[in-house]
Amino acid sequence: MSFFKIAWRNIEQRALASSLTGLSMALGVMLMILVIVIHDVAVDQFENDAEGYNLIVGGSKGGDLQLVMTTVFHLGKPLYPIPWSYYQKFTEGEFAPYTKVAVPYCLGDSFHHEGSQFRVVATSPDLFGKIVYGANADGSDRQYEFQSGENFKAENFFDAVIGATVARKTGLKVGDTFQPTHGMSSGGDKHIEFTIVGVLAPTGTANDRALFANLEGFYLLEGHALAPEDSVPSHKESELAQSESEAHSHEPLPEAQREVTSILVVCKGPFDAMHLDKLVNKGKDRVAQAVAPREVVTRLLENIVGPVRVVLMVLTVLIIVVAGISILVSIYNSMSERSHDIAVMRALGASRAAVMWIILFESILLSLLGGLAGVVLGHAVLGLAGPIVEAHSGISLKFWEFNWKEAQLIPGLLIFASLVGYLPALTAYRTDVGKTLGSGR
Amino acid sequence: MMLLLENVRKSYREPNGEVLSILDIERFSLEKGEQVVLRGRSGCGKTTLLNCIAGLTTVDEGRIFIDGQDIVRLQEVSRDRFRARHIGIVFQTFNLLPAFTALENVLLGMTFTGQKPDAQRATKLLQDVGLGHRLTHKPSALSVGEQQRVAVARALSNQPALLLADEPTANVDPAHQQQVIDLMREACDRENIAMLLVTHSPEVSSQFERVETLEDVNRAVVSVGVSSAR
Repeated sequence: MSFFKIAWRNIEQRALASSLTGLSMALGVMLMILVIVIHDVAVDQFENDAEGYNLIVGGSKGGDLQLVMTTVFHLGKPLYPIPWSYYQKFTEGEFAPYTKVAVPYCLGDSFHHEGSQFRVVATSPDLFGKIVYGANADGSDRQYEFQSGENFKAENFFDAVIGATVARKTGLKVGDTFQPTHGMSSGGDKHIEFTIVGVLAPTGTANDRALFANLEGFYLLEGHALAPEDSVPSHKESELAQSESEAHSHEPLPEAQREVTSILVVCKGPFDAMHLDKLVNKGKDRVAQAVAPREVVTRLLENIVGPVRVVLMVLTVLIIVVAGISILVSIYNSMSERSHDIAVMRALGASRAAVMWIILFESILLSLLGGLAGVVLGHAVLGLAGPIVEAHSGISLKFWEFNWKEAQLIPGLLIFASLVGYLPALTAYRTDVGKTLGSGR
Repeated sequence: MMLLLENVRKSYREPNGEVLSILDIERFSLEKGEQVVLRGRSGCGKTTLLNCIAGLTTVDEGRIFIDGQDIVRLQEVSRDRFRARHIGIVFQTFNLLPAFTALENVLLGMTFTGQKPDAQRATKLLQDVGLGHRLTHKPSALSVGEQQRVAVARALSNQPALLLADEPTANVDPAHQQQVIDLMREACDRENIAMLLVTHSPEVSSQFERVETLEDVNRAVVSVGVSSAR
């Protein structure tokens, strides 16, 4: 019989105690798996979301983090808008020589469905036609694709595209309509309908959770236009209502009455990005600010997410240490009951080292089996909780989301189990055979 | 000669510091295949003697030859391995491991020899002692008599040259005591195994040609006589 089989039999003999100590180890490992996987998935997703463009340009009244959070992650209150003329600097003005693509964003509306809130982003078709959202494993660009329908056209003012998560949660599909709500509150005024012409394929980014309306139609909605210079500052409601109904006449809003919340800028080259950054941030008018989203995301991850991860990892390590101590206590306490069995094995010819190894194998088996159970449990939790997490944060978690760092757990557990089992094994090593078997004189 | 003790001395230090001499044997021997009963009153050192012969306890002086090997000179690891390969032990309290089946207990007798345990031999041994139908039963599911028979099978599993039995029938009901003795004697006859059997039972002793009394060979018994009982 192998020493492993002897150790396994001993574990079976104390099935309840063994199960409980194994369970405590499994729980600790499960938590560690969750921390590792969720952190890395979240970091990847944060970084992916910030891919595809070099700069985000927005109002100067507000921090760079707020600008990135609202534009990239569709979270938080948008900054105050900047004039349309500033956007035109990128398309045909002083910034144009450095700019490859500039996509305007208008934020402030939302869509509500059965308690869920989704951001409505008004933009141009260039978002899906000219912007990529990251890189594939082979280095190729990730292009936006549609699982049904197509991108909206600029001339169809009240067309829209929705993200994959929005489609899944609301059941909206190509041909359906939705009414954006003014502001973030579900009780806000509802605008006129937009027609869905396309549903995006899942991107794994925050854009899965948003609806994208044609900017031209957005400007024709109530409260979205600046008052004309020579017009009365406040509009009567009836006139506003009339302007929305007249929106279907497809007369675009004059540029002087337009503002944008932010601009996604793809530069022609890396040096162009640096130059534009300087031009915008140090411009005389100080109307806007330019931020490199990756830098902001990296700072966010390093300053907040990273330390949180460290704290969580320390906690999970402590849990595993406690589990290991429970294994030690369980085996050690059983030594007094099993000293007789050990003495019998010694009498049968087992060396001191042999009985010591048998006890160590017990510790290793308990730790490894508990650890493996923890890995399975951790991934089961990921699979079960994934849809809930995705619904609330957009972070996609899957049962088969394996992380290479998990491979380090096994040798780590082996070493840990050996340390934990050493004290009980030493007790076995020191067993006095004659005395224990009740030798007389 | 299978077993030879020469000038073997063993003593213990009492808690009060006094040194108590347990064994002082000038010479004691067994021939190959010889079956000997060892008697003696309680506390005279019978179990200590068996433990010394088995290598479970070290002697203070002297030599113990088993099948030509002086086990006193061996390192502990070598002594353990020698015991695994050459000595079988039947204990008074059987000492079966409760977590293991009857078959596994017998296999344990082969596990530490350094060779692969022979499941077929283990099965046959259990069949020979009448337990072929109880291979997968754990000791808790066996009667006292059956447990002792498993213990006998285990002691014989490594084909020992010497079988040591320390009061093997003390905890067996009278109806099965003879069965246990007969099993051991038949196995030893069959495989030419020397046997040293410790017993208090006159009925058992009377069946053996050679009966030794420890007090006759142990010069330390006289001094033990005034010590406190075990």
